[in-house]
Amino acid sequence: MADLRFAVPVFPGTNCEGEVVHALETVAGQKAELVWHQARSLAGFDAAVVPGGFAHGDYLRAGALARFSPVMEPLARMAEAGRPVVGICNGFQILQEAGLLPGAMQRNRSLAYVCRDVWVRAEDCGSPFTVGLEPGEAVRLPVGHAEGNFHLPDDELEMIETANQVIFRYCEPDGGLSEAANPNGSRNHIAGVRNRRGNVAALMPHPDRAYEPLLGGVGGVRLFESLVRWLES
Amino acid sequence: MNSVFRVQVQVRLRPAIYDPQGEAIRRSLAAAGVEGVVSVRQGKLIELEVQAASAAEAEARVRAIAGRVLSNPVLEDHVVEAVGSAPHRTV
Repeated sequence: MADLRFAVPVFPGTNCEGEVVHALETVAGQKAELVWHQARSLAGFDAAVVPGGFAHGDYLRAGALARFSPVMEPLARMAEAGRPVVGICNGFQILQEAGLLPGAMQRNRSLAYVCRDVWVRAEDCGSPFTVGLEPGEAVRLPVGHAEGNFHLPDDELEMIETANQVIFRYCEPDGGLSEAANPNGSRNHIAGVRNRRGNVAALMPHPDRAYEPLLGGVGGVRLFESLVRWLES
Repeated sequence: MNSVFRVQVQVRLRPAIYDPQGEAIRRSLAAAGVEGVVSVRQGKLIELEVQAASAAEAEARVRAIAGRVLSNPVLEDHVVEAVGSAPHRTV
């Protein structure tokens, strides 16, 4: 199926939105359009990818002010309708603050802004980002964040684990879990989660910074292909 | 006549949450030779000036947003307190 239309919301302070559009067009072969955060409608779009960056300067908390942007209303309706709504990095934080995904991001345990390649292991493959991956498959992706330390209290953490809502964990290249492979101190090594229904998902690493060899890695290709596969099924 | 009241919101990490910033401050104090500081927790103070009929009303208005906008309940606790009027702003 060709010519799915992806919306890519842009907030003041968003970054890599061009990469997201380019990846959706060249890797996934679909149509993608930037949508300014003041938009009140996402009519005609099949899915949305919320990019990374520092929406509204990350003032108050990362992602906290973005949820008041008008585009968040049609985005929430899109999620409610079962369409795929996915987030990358700051997009993850925005979807959490909007109540569409569980958890909250604390400052990295090291206090440092972490900017390097990491490995993540696909856990649950019932999400738009992982449907094309094998469970346990490890992919290499870059991270760039200061607040990526995933937190939930014990009882809620257990709930999302039981419901298989964890889609990615930070890991060693061979898929093994270790503290050294966890770049930010996330509980249970969590790098990405989905909602219960499965149509809303996000991860901290940037597949949009690794989709052609020139960028230093192609780990993101499988994730963008997954998005299309999710929409086709 | 409505007045403008000053309301403070203290936002702090919940007790069970590790605070790497506070810990970095504690370590720096120890390195600087300051003795006896066994724990540091860093939070934030948000001060609002709110137009209302009374301090209690102003406080209630802030309370309504403190738990879902000004703080994130997954990580943070908050305390709301009216700290007086802002007479220069009387309307």
